[in-house]
Amino acid sequence: MTDAATPSLWRFANPAVFNRLADRLIVPLAILTALMFGWGLYGAFFVSPADYQQGETIRIMFIHVPSAWMSMFVYAGMSLSALGTLIFRHPMADVAQKAAAPLGAGFTLLCLVTGSLWGKPMWGTWWEWDARMTSVLVLFLIYIGVIALWQSIEEPNRAGRAVAILTLVGAVNLPIIKFSVDWWSTLHQPASVFRLDGPTIHGSMLGPLMIMGIAFLLLYITLLLLVMRAEIMNRRAERLELLAAEAE
Amino acid sequence: MTAFSAILKRDLRLARRAGAGAGLGLMFFLTLIAITPFAIGADQKLIARLAPALLWLAALLATLLGLDRLFQADDEDGVLDQFLLSDGSLTLLVLAKAIAHWLVTGLPLSLAAPMLGVMLAIEPQAMLPLMLSLLIGTPALTLIGLVGAALTISLNRGGLLLSILVVPTAIPTLIFGVAVAKAAAAGQDFTMPLMVLGGTTLFALAISPFAAAFALRQARQ
Repeated sequence: MTDAATPSLWRFANPAVFNRLADRLIVPLAILTALMFGWGLYGAFFVSPADYQQGETIRIMFIHVPSAWMSMFVYAGMSLSALGTLIFRHPMADVAQKAAAPLGAGFTLLCLVTGSLWGKPMWGTWWEWDARMTSVLVLFLIYIGVIALWQSIEEPNRAGRAVAILTLVGAVNLPIIKFSVDWWSTLHQPASVFRLDGPTIHGSMLGPLMIMGIAFLLLYITLLLLVMRAEIMNRRAERLELLAAEAE
Repeated sequence: MTAFSAILKRDLRLARRAGAGAGLGLMFFLTLIAITPFAIGADQKLIARLAPALLWLAALLATLLGLDRLFQADDEDGVLDQFLLSDGSLTLLVLAKAIAHWLVTGLPLSLAAPMLGVMLAIEPQAMLPLMLSLLIGTPALTLIGLVGAALTISLNRGGLLLSILVVPTAIPTLIFGVAVAKAAAAGQDFTMPLMVLGGTTLFALAISPFAAAFALRQARQ
């Protein structure tokens, strides 16, 4: 398996090899994540100025925007893993897919909740059927569907392939859904709602935002490794139980 | 092609003979529309404004509710295994099933819609465009649902799950389907939404049978 001639990704097809790597990476990554969050949050709360229009509420953006980035990034990663599952039958792609779905749903929910918290003082409403918000909501629904399918099919390999198909169908349809929601929104919405992105962002805010973005990415990678490791252990435990039951 | 027409004929015959199989979707559609005024109130104007949306939502639900059994019955009596073993294209066989399903749900729904439109006080000039939008759009619903049906084949009560999986993908069809009827009711030009609606159906036609056939194959490994 660890033959040098085989492509490098295949080395990690062996769960034990993968878990050893995860064991080594998780703690340093967790520390790095904490440091980046400390730096980013300090920048967001103390260094970055309050917005002249939005006041202190602008600080919600430092959580909201990175989670919005992650909500899409995780889905893209899930789609790649889905390809890995269907085309290469890579066992870790399968596990990565399963581990990513709840994390992606979490980031998407965080994005929706922080957006809603920001919307109340700014727009005067918790929820607005604005094109972007609606698209993110649909993305959340797709995540929910993926998780529901994972939970419904017991046999992990079959579940993995079924979910991979669903994920890819979702990936193909997401741009179309996005387009149609945009179109629908301009049809229904008065154009007076001011834009979320507003004036171009000032450097004093961009810095902390980028650091928060990196912190979120690191958090995701750390959590993904943790959940993948747990999933591998879980499958091994199930397998052992099955073998023990057969031996009796 | 003979297998294609054989499956089409078989599914239509089954729908006609097995109880009220075919009529059931239509009945459900009628019932759903009939109870909405009780929920909304007898305000004629309000109902007329909501009518296109109500008809489209009812069509979506009626299409989805019957879909979870689409492959399951074939799975239980072993027909599906014959499909998988046959040297014909599984994609075509799956497409035949989709067409049969649409002929017994989407088509009757679309034809009945103008009659229900009268009950919902929809503008007369919007009747035909509404029917047209359903005729063009409901195949997309069946095709999208086809993938969900193939994915949930092994699950005993896949109906709810199927709806959760499928509904987000059906959003574009819903948006443009309702847009056609609304534009027509307001006396506006509805060519653009109608064409995009046709586009969503063609797109679903291009992707769904392949995805569904692939999912059925994967489910058997």
